[in-house]
Amino acid sequence: MTQTKSAPALDLLDERLRRGEGLKPALGAIADRIRSGDLGALPIVVGLVVIWTVFQILNPVFLSSANLVNLLMESVSVGIIALGIVCVLLVGQIDLSVGSVSGLSAALTAVTFVGSGWPVWLSILAAIVAGALIGWVYAQMVTRLGVPSFVATLAGLLGFLGLQLWLLGSKGAINLPFDSGLVRFAQLDFVPAWLSYVLVAVAAAAIFLTGYSLARARRAAGLSGRSTPLLLARSVAVLLGLGFAVWYLNQARGVGWLFVGFVGLVLVLHYVLTRTAWGRAVFAIGGNVEAARRAGINVKRMYLSVFMLCSSLAALGGLIAAARLAAANQASGAGDVNLNAIAAAVIGGTSLFGGRGSAFSALLGILVIQSISSGLTLLDLDSSFRFMVTGLVLALAVALDSVARRSRAAHGRA
Amino acid sequence: MRTDTAVLSLRGISKNFGAVAALTDVDLDVSAGQVVAIVGDNGAGKSTLVKVLAGVHRADTGTITFADQAATIDSPAAAHSLGIATVFQDLALCENLNVVENLFLGREIRRSRLDEVAMETRSWELLRQLSAKIPTVRIPVASLSGGQRQTVAIARSLLGDPKIIILDEPTAALGVEQTAEVLNLIERLRERGLGVIMISHNMEDVRAVADRIVVLRLGRNNGVFDAADVSTEDLVAAITGATDNVATRRVRERENR
Repeated sequence: MTQTKSAPALDLLDERLRRGEGLKPALGAIADRIRSGDLGALPIVVGLVVIWTVFQILNPVFLSSANLVNLLMESVSVGIIALGIVCVLLVGQIDLSVGSVSGLSAALTAVTFVGSGWPVWLSILAAIVAGALIGWVYAQMVTRLGVPSFVATLAGLLGFLGLQLWLLGSKGAINLPFDSGLVRFAQLDFVPAWLSYVLVAVAAAAIFLTGYSLARARRAAGLSGRSTPLLLARSVAVLLGLGFAVWYLNQARGVGWLFVGFVGLVLVLHYVLTRTAWGRAVFAIGGNVEAARRAGINVKRMYLSVFMLCSSLAALGGLIAAARLAAANQASGAGDVNLNAIAAAVIGGTSLFGGRGSAFSALLGILVIQSISSGLTLLDLDSSFRFMVTGLVLALAVALDSVARRSRAAHGRA
Repeated sequence: MRTDTAVLSLRGISKNFGAVAALTDVDLDVSAGQVVAIVGDNGAGKSTLVKVLAGVHRADTGTITFADQAATIDSPAAAHSLGIATVFQDLALCENLNVVENLFLGREIRRSRLDEVAMETRSWELLRQLSAKIPTVRIPVASLSGGQRQTVAIARSLLGDPKIIILDEPTAALGVEQTAEVLNLIERLRERGLGVIMISHNMEDVRAVADRIVVLRLGRNNGVFDAADVSTEDLVAAITGATDNVATRRVRERENR
């Protein structure tokens, strides 16, 4: 449909290719992929629908605008931590200490901001730099001493929890003033309704334009490109989907700037992972470290950057959690924060085996986890049930990851 | 078959690992547009010789001349910049990445961001030149056959415009058809004017494509043959170092049958 010239595109010459242009073959290709175990975001979308349906039946408040607004705001801190976990998992490593690091960062922010009277930006910067330093230490242990990352970070889990408790001292909790910019941003800053619709329109337009310019560049180079109607359809779908979601949220308080910031971070990381040499190296190391090393990639430096990024994001998530709560206490970053962040990444589709995943898995995964948490809270079930259900979902996600991996191997897809 | 000037010449190369002399006084010449096969039994020093050329090991003594100039190969990067590309037996491909991503791994084409279009066109160009049978370059390498993977690995080594390409057991673990594919590929490398060094255990493959066959035995040169007029029996005799042993008897029995 797009190839008006008589010669077929350079990448479609092989007669064994079963592919055509347009909507129907595109859908067929997706069905093929799913059958072979390349599940993409499908399980999680199905999972979300199931979870939302069940909770809505059990408690009609669940899908109300007000509750969904809250759900999104609550998902940001752990979602940001999960973003870091995605990167670490992609290179085939793990960081088990993100919860402790986030708690330490919360304590550090509170102590410097409230206790020592630092300006808020300096406290935030200090917390994030501390996070980066922690990642640096992990990377040294892993690359220089050869300590497996799960042991190095397990040591960190305990050590930094201790440091957090020591920082908070005997009081055990420090309240952040409600009138500080940080707390206001995390609790009260919402996007005005008109601006939220503008943002949705901009997003849809950007999706279309980037797709269109890529397709045009490909056709100019003699390759096949996505057809314009297909790109338009995708863009309109995004416009309608996001538009509806934003409209529904605007029935209550709307979309928080905090959540917009989180989505922005996801998009930035997605871009970096897919469009830069750094991102390519991350996937290569997760796929085959030795091959990556022989291709001239500085594996040690990559590990260093990934661990530092993960801990920095954990610190950022921690201080946002403190801002949401307007306090840092001994429970900051404790309990299920750690496993929720890792579970979110895995549930969202980032493989524990390295080399597969995307930044969006943090976003999708945390929505699942937060939905479960919110739904169970609405049902007046305490954390005991939350732990059990989240544990069950994590086990399911990991099992699915393993099964899909075997299926991919059988069907010859990495 | 022998062309006038050698692109790569080794003279008197020796390499010891502690008390073990892996290579002793080995000579080797490779010209442009020539396929040189290195054969030998296990432990004959084939892999050590390749590693010396690839810059993994450094020779203890001996001289390496590349394009009429004395050269030292002390690191893989040095080998690479001289124009010696090596495809090791394990191929070193990332199975989760697609063909384009593998080809350009570590040397991506980029203007501010990765230029996927340029990389894909260049990949197709390269694969067409090699008449490679790869249906699409946007599938993970995991879904390719062994021969196709070998092709991708060889194509990747060609990106640096090498003069010499070293293939370590390119046909091991391949089926009949895939072996034929790889052998065709080696002939196309020769047509492009590359010097090819091929290590193999398979006498049939060696005699099918090689111009010259260099036999190593216990770390020493044990004969250089023109592939056109050497018999398998002679080769096996040179490899095993005896004219009458269990291996040569098998060959003789088969040829007399």
